[in-house]
Amino acid sequence: MLGRLGAESIDDLLVDVPPRLRLPALGLPAGRSEFETVAQISALAARNRVFADRLCFIGGGVYRRFIPAAVAAVTSKPEFYTAYTPYQPEASQGTLQSIYEFQTLIAQLTGMDAANASLYDGATALAEAAMMATVVTGRHEVLVAGRIHPEYLEVLRTYAGGRGILVREQGELGELTAAVIFQQPDFLGLLENAPELTERAHQAGALAVACVDPISLALLAPPGQYGADIAVGEGQQLGLALSYGGPHVGFIACREELIRRLPGRLVGQALDGRGRRGFTLTLTAREQHIRREKATSNICTNHSLCALAASVYLTYMGPDGLRQVAEVSATRAHALAERLQGVPGVTAAFPGRPFLYEFPLRIDPERLRAADLNRRGILAGLDVGRWYPDLEGVYTFCCTEVNDPAAIDELVVALGSPLS
Amino acid sequence: MTEPLSFERSRPGLAGPRLPEAGVESTVEIPSHLRRSQALDLPRLSEPEIMRHYSRLASLNYSISENFYPLGSCTMKYNPVVNEVLGQLDGFANLHPYQDDATAQGALELIWNLERALCEIVGVDRVTLQPAAGAHGEWTALRIIQAYHRSRGDDRDVVIVPDSAHGTNPASAALCGFKVVEVRSGADGRVDLADLKSKLNARVAALMLTNPNTLGLFERDILSVAEAVHGAGGRLYYDGANLNALMGVCRPGDMGFDAVHLNLHKTFTAPHGGGGPGAGPVGVKSELVPFLPGPLVERAPSGSFSLAPSGPQSIGRVRSFVGNFGVMVRAYAYIVAMGGDGLAQASEDAILSANYLRAQVSELLDVPHPGPCMHEFVASARTLSSQGIRALDLAKGLLERGFYAPTIYFPLIVPEAVMIEPTETETKATMDAFVAALAELVELSRTDPDRLHADPVSLPVGRLDEVAAARRPVLRWRPEERPA
Repeated sequence: MLGRLGAESIDDLLVDVPPRLRLPALGLPAGRSEFETVAQISALAARNRVFADRLCFIGGGVYRRFIPAAVAAVTSKPEFYTAYTPYQPEASQGTLQSIYEFQTLIAQLTGMDAANASLYDGATALAEAAMMATVVTGRHEVLVAGRIHPEYLEVLRTYAGGRGILVREQGELGELTAAVIFQQPDFLGLLENAPELTERAHQAGALAVACVDPISLALLAPPGQYGADIAVGEGQQLGLALSYGGPHVGFIACREELIRRLPGRLVGQALDGRGRRGFTLTLTAREQHIRREKATSNICTNHSLCALAASVYLTYMGPDGLRQVAEVSATRAHALAERLQGVPGVTAAFPGRPFLYEFPLRIDPERLRAADLNRRGILAGLDVGRWYPDLEGVYTFCCTEVNDPAAIDELVVALGSPLS
Repeated sequence: MTEPLSFERSRPGLAGPRLPEAGVESTVEIPSHLRRSQALDLPRLSEPEIMRHYSRLASLNYSISENFYPLGSCTMKYNPVVNEVLGQLDGFANLHPYQDDATAQGALELIWNLERALCEIVGVDRVTLQPAAGAHGEWTALRIIQAYHRSRGDDRDVVIVPDSAHGTNPASAALCGFKVVEVRSGADGRVDLADLKSKLNARVAALMLTNPNTLGLFERDILSVAEAVHGAGGRLYYDGANLNALMGVCRPGDMGFDAVHLNLHKTFTAPHGGGGPGAGPVGVKSELVPFLPGPLVERAPSGSFSLAPSGPQSIGRVRSFVGNFGVMVRAYAYIVAMGGDGLAQASEDAILSANYLRAQVSELLDVPHPGPCMHEFVASARTLSSQGIRALDLAKGLLERGFYAPTIYFPLIVPEAVMIEPTETETKATMDAFVAALAELVELSRTDPDRLHADPVSLPVGRLDEVAAARRPVLRWRPEERPA
């Protein structure tokens, strides 16, 4: 090829690079064979401690759940995972239709009119929703009601900070409030009075932004039912591995009137010249490559492959499967909560507050030390006091369909260990 | 060839999958006003139906595993299959983000090692791996620069962006509340230094630049550009979209860039996934380190690793947890396998491929800016316009002939732009076949332009009426569509 160019070496093609910038060599080790690479990376993986599914009682926004084999069988198809963003619809119908199905599944689940093609994660979805609300209302404050995920709150503050938007955690709703943002269930797993929060937002002329757990929506009122304007959430529980926190998938859905304010990709139906139905990226006039600095967001992609996993998961489960997953999780969590509260030094942190499958307990630290859960192979008790000073000594626990009754027994016995 | 929607294939009455029973007794009390009132309506399909549905959908997709993606600016290189295996190792896939650091030492060490490698490749002091995508990284970098200026009591509110820049650049700047000012490209396709200097003042927070630029040309005045921006108190942001030309060749940090964003899904072979997940790390020079989002991974003298909370000047988190860890594993595996020598070879090969293809294409289409180019180049289809053939027609004609289309109508400064990036993983034979297809299209534009307007004819769908689709958007299936 060099010959075709009349060049003697690569240097002849690098004439525009100032010589003082040329690098003699990268200070990195030399390349390795596949065998050696696998050995090196596998050794790192082996240095992580993986707790058994059944003994993982920790949540905090990321949950161990049963993932049907069909999910990986679909997402590992190279036609899906090695494709680019579907700019050329004629050659991307597989990706486009799967996104259209994802949009429909999320709209059905949340009871909203439309959903987008997905966002990065729950935290950025929540921040994008808040920014969207400020644009829709022309107001510059958002009110966070209750305990939303502390990392989501932090991301929201980072997004808001750049644009001079005020994030308030307390105070009254007023003429400056663009949105009331709440999480259902909240970060501790407790149920919020979502319909009342929505109504209060609307009375003040603000939007109601609901951050919801998708599995919970098999049982709980979806945001569309109580009239929320924007619904967002994290889709990790829908067939995605923990993966130390990512990649997962955020979703955002809204009422019909707000569709043109949505950030990110949207797929819509279209017809070709022969009247055949196809799918294409649409309403792109909202987006950065057309609108540049006037776009609704800078996002120019989504988490397509993760959204595909969520679609396969939801389709596999169907309405009955999803309800059973939610019910089994909730039943086991309530059984666990009752039994743990029988352990001396363990009490409900918020007695009487309803929850679904994650719940907070106040625990004598001596008790936790004595139980030495990690040594027993149990991952349980998320210390939420690290984010909320008023919750020092409070730990959350969760149950899903992977925590079998024997695993619940093990945790109860461990926490009930005699104090030394 | 089309496939019905999963919702259309649904079989009402079909029972759900077998799942565990609770096996314990307890009562779950949900107040009635918080309960779902209407039955959830999702598809009901058996596993074999689901697998066939998605297999058929997969067959409707073009992908890099099948053939060439000459998509300029997108660096569609081959995704090594071993990286997929490694990303899904039990020790990574089943690690909870809230496990104690002591039980996640392998993951933390991987993040640390990846950060060190990226620092070396781009010439910066620290890197945050939290941003989830390229645009997310751009915005993160600008927030960092904004925080830096503000910490000095300097409320700079303007960001300069070249007229050839990606649309995400001005959008990211606007999201930070910056006003965007455009700088002209000169006749040689590079930033017009005089125009830049005329726009630099005490309000300018940053210049956003990609080098090589979106025309695939190295900004040979980069050192003067950096000097001018720094002289006016601004900072330089590097858009990493085109880093594939530079690994082991030269480093943005050495050019004077203060904040550098990277795309692990472009340069470092993490797959694109049909539009994500990717990862958009941001590297910075030491003066910007205090403003990085946290947590960063730190190594204690004992050799143990931990997630260190961010300091008081940090812009705060930009995403939950550590970011797209699974993408980091794939990128790190690529860097380990390639090594310093292999990465440099990759960039050199990418430059060679692009110049080879450029030479062939310039015999068929106008290539307005003189070479040599770096990893990509931009041609123009305007010479075909007398036949009524546009860049879009070339794109669709290439799809019909088994190739993905180049990036078209970008950058905006080239009329009827056709932007081509072959990457280092394509063979000469593949590129020759692509050129032959392009030659056929150029010939057709003279002999039978109507046939070209009709393409594609043998793909799952023909050209879609996108205008009608946007006018009355149909974004979802509705239960009312179900036959009675």
